[in-house]
Amino acid sequence: MASTKLLIDDVSMKFATPAGVFHALDHIDLAVLRGSFVSLIGPSGCGKSTIFNIVAGLQEPSEGRVLIDGVDSTSTIGRVGYMLQKDLLLPWRTLTDNIILGMEIQGVKRAEARARALPLLRRYGLAGFENAYPRALSGGMRQRAALLRTLLFDTDVVLLDEPFGALDAQTRLRMQEWLLQLWEDFGKTVVFVTHDVEEAIFLSDEVYVMGARPGRIIATIAVALPRPRLRACAATPDFMALKERCLDLLHSQAPPDIEDAA
Amino acid sequence: MTIPQAPAEVIARKTIATLTSDVAGVAPAKPARRLPVEKEWPTSAIVAVQIGILVVIIAAWEIGAATGFIDKFFWSHPSAIYHTLTIFFTTGDAFTDIAFTFRSTILGFLIGTFAGSALGLSFWWSKNYAAIVQPYIICFESLPKLALAPLIVLVFGIGIASKIAIATALTLVVSTLTTFAGVKAVDPDGEKLFYSLGASRLQVFRKLVIPSCLPWIISVLRVNIGLALTGAIVGEFIASQHGLGRAIIYAGQTYDIALVWVAVSVLSALAVVMYVTVSWIERVLHKGIKV
Repeated sequence: MASTKLLIDDVSMKFATPAGVFHALDHIDLAVLRGSFVSLIGPSGCGKSTIFNIVAGLQEPSEGRVLIDGVDSTSTIGRVGYMLQKDLLLPWRTLTDNIILGMEIQGVKRAEARARALPLLRRYGLAGFENAYPRALSGGMRQRAALLRTLLFDTDVVLLDEPFGALDAQTRLRMQEWLLQLWEDFGKTVVFVTHDVEEAIFLSDEVYVMGARPGRIIATIAVALPRPRLRACAATPDFMALKERCLDLLHSQAPPDIEDAA
Repeated sequence: MTIPQAPAEVIARKTIATLTSDVAGVAPAKPARRLPVEKEWPTSAIVAVQIGILVVIIAAWEIGAATGFIDKFFWSHPSAIYHTLTIFFTTGDAFTDIAFTFRSTILGFLIGTFAGSALGLSFWWSKNYAAIVQPYIICFESLPKLALAPLIVLVFGIGIASKIAIATALTLVVSTLTTFAGVKAVDPDGEKLFYSLGASRLQVFRKLVIPSCLPWIISVLRVNIGLALTGAIVGEFIASQHGLGRAIIYAGQTYDIALVWVAVSVLSALAVVMYVTVSWIERVLHKGIKV
């Protein structure tokens, strides 16, 4: 079947602190299949964002490699699309010009990039806002724009770091369905970080449960629910069982903020 | 001894008030207080009062001088000032002086603002370079630059160059430090986004750093125009053949107090015109960059 698209090969990350060496990540191994959707869940401070920074080439791991399509991409930038928690839309650019940022940086002419972006803007619920500035948009729309910017950046792998964390519950549900539609249309390989177990299961083919201090993967849970998924599938016994398992795994770890308060 | 009898309804109201205030647990019988509201006058009334004040001051000055209450020699008086003003503009050097001061101010303002902004932006490129240069900038900032004016005049001569140099020195540091503050305020996540998209440093600089810093750069324009004017005038005070600053110094030294007032008034008019223009440019630029 599908081949491995993204391989995180024995990656560790250590920081020297006054209190000694801090293991942010401890021997992370992760293989993501082409075109699949995987999620990382875990407590705060388990190094989810550090993994993303390493995959995006923004941080150099202390050990290990990152391979994309079998090519060593450790510490090289511009290989994956990366969407951070904040939408980071540039306030001085219109929505369209924000979305084409990735293409523009890759050297596509502005006019051409705009021509490519416009139909997508209209198709994915941003019609009528092509020339609006970000401050005129709602949180959901800004997030859509940020996602489109990430997807239009011409890479196969997309990292999404809690993209819906700041949205209200209703908008969030709509955005999840919208994201699944986009993922199916674009055929990208998505790695998704979230705090929300239900969100992770609903979206993913595989959920990686992480533990903190040191950050490591404590379980890999395959989500075999059929696609396309509808909202109603969250009420099925299979879904419930998966959710239960994830929550048990998360709760089995001592809450780090209590343990390490001293 | 008779106790004055209160009307029955007052007693009833009091009882209710006491009861409710007991329930609420607050002191009884607080006087009702309305939200204080000042009635705003129409603009015409405000302007009328403003003109009125000016007329009263000028009239008092003139009458005071005529009656000997104000010493004409030290303070001059409005009709003499007006007379000097007409001479200054008809047979005097008014336009040469205004043009000279205006030119040195604008050139100093432009050079100082552009060079200062460029210097501030340049600190983004290297933290080491910024760390090395910073103490010098701060030292130069805390130094009263006008103290260097005599030296600058010696080096650049008594022509327009020295005035431009002083105006530049005053504006440069303000622009540098403000722009540097803007550079430090660039969102690190924004840089992360750009680099994750594979951007080069030059692309980050052009597409992120400069636009982020523009509001900071623009915010000092108004301050800088005032500083540039100060610099130009001080330069003219020290040694010059033209300019409103020179006119003031010359008039003061020759006890031509009316001319001092004339030059100061023309100078304020020039300052107001430049300030208003720059404020307008600031507003237009702010709108243009949509921040």
